[in-house]
Amino acid sequence: MTDYNHLIETRNLVKDFGKLGVLKGINQHIDKGEVVTIIGPSGSGKSTFLRCLNLLEKPTSGQVIFEGVDISAEHVDINLHRQKIGMVFQLFNVFPHLSVLENITITPKLEKKMPASEAEKKADELLAMIGLSDKKYEYPRKLSGGQKQRLAIVRALAMEPDVMLFDEPTSALDPEMVKEVLDVMLKLVEDGMTCVIVTHEMGFARKVSDRVLFMDDGIIAEEGTPEQLFDHPQNPRTIEFLSKVL
Amino acid sequence: MMSVISVIHFDLDIIGGIVNTWLKYSNLFIKGLWMTLGIAAAAVAMGSILGSLIGVLSIVETRWKWLNTIIHTLVKVYVTALRGTPILVQLYLIYFFLPEAVWFLKDLPKLFFILLALTLNSSAYVAEIIRGGINSVDKGQTEAARSLGMTSSHNMIYIVFPQAIKSILPALGNEYIMMVKETSLASTLSLHELMFTGTILRNYFLVWQPLFIIAIIYLIVTLILTSLVGMLERRLSVSD
Repeated sequence: MTDYNHLIETRNLVKDFGKLGVLKGINQHIDKGEVVTIIGPSGSGKSTFLRCLNLLEKPTSGQVIFEGVDISAEHVDINLHRQKIGMVFQLFNVFPHLSVLENITITPKLEKKMPASEAEKKADELLAMIGLSDKKYEYPRKLSGGQKQRLAIVRALAMEPDVMLFDEPTSALDPEMVKEVLDVMLKLVEDGMTCVIVTHEMGFARKVSDRVLFMDDGIIAEEGTPEQLFDHPQNPRTIEFLSKVL
Repeated sequence: MMSVISVIHFDLDIIGGIVNTWLKYSNLFIKGLWMTLGIAAAAVAMGSILGSLIGVLSIVETRWKWLNTIIHTLVKVYVTALRGTPILVQLYLIYFFLPEAVWFLKDLPKLFFILLALTLNSSAYVAEIIRGGINSVDKGQTEAARSLGMTSSHNMIYIVFPQAIKSILPALGNEYIMMVKETSLASTLSLHELMFTGTILRNYFLVWQPLFIIAIIYLIVTLILTSLVGMLERRLSVSD
């Protein structure tokens, strides 16, 4: 069907912030249907790597290939590709001036020219999925953190993405709200959504991942299945990191 | 008993002087007040249009870096010059210099030059208000919108600007209040706004009485406007 090998591929991805090298040449690929989690100490470049995948950060050098297209090249209409790459942020970033419904429908209506009735029908389904149907006409200020994050997830899903990027989606949540967000993510994984997840939730990473990447100092220091990485880490840095967080 | 008290002239009928002046010349003050409110409104309205344009230019990012640098530098120079010099100097420069320098402006009425000066001045402040309002919107909003595939202009129109307006509108209200007071400078060019009423009445040997009245009118007007801005601010902050 497809004329590309990997859904996302990075080739020698480098990102510098001034003199600070954050990503030091990353070659990776994510395949369709795969769930990849990225763990590692803060400052190791996890979020920057994730944000390079949809070009929220422009790589200093190297390439990001999405569905066979080099989206890091000049003169690419990045907006079209971003529609296929959903992203969920640590701080939710829901639109406070729009109702729950409008949060979900605004981008499909604007960028896909989806008729309002169709967009609303789709939003209804998504809201039912996350159990927020009764909040449809509320504004985000009336939502809890967990509800905001669930809204942010379905806002991205409304664009019918081929992959979802999660940037520490539960880090800003009160502990009792973490599960409701992870449950929604779990549902996506079960439905076969390709996911790339930066997280500190090691239990969740172990449960859902096909592959775990351990990032340290701008490189992927170790990768493997959850069993390999969590139970039999090889790299001393991985061992040290896991000893602190597990 | 030469105390400090005796310095004040007890024979000076302050209240009576003010009241009588008001009763006799209230129509002059009211006429001046309308002119003050009118030119301030016109200057801020036109200044807002021009200032919005300049404010947007100050944050615009084109594909070409060198063009961005040129635009941003020009905006910076414009805003700095107008905010860094007294409005009276700007008023005089435009009033006395422009008609001499540009021949087809020669026969235009004085109101034109006054409005032009106040508008340009206002535009510099409005540009900063717009820039500040847009910058006050959380960067995460733009990131979220762009990550969904929203174009940068849609993001500006539908996501950033509706949120920026909450801080912009009250600030524009404050700019109008400032301008109401600044227009008093136009009295030095014999424009019959509120302050100039005092100049007129000096011919009738009324010097301080009109000034008290003028001060009270300015104060009442700014107090009313300030409370309106406060109401607007509360109304806009409801959805936060």
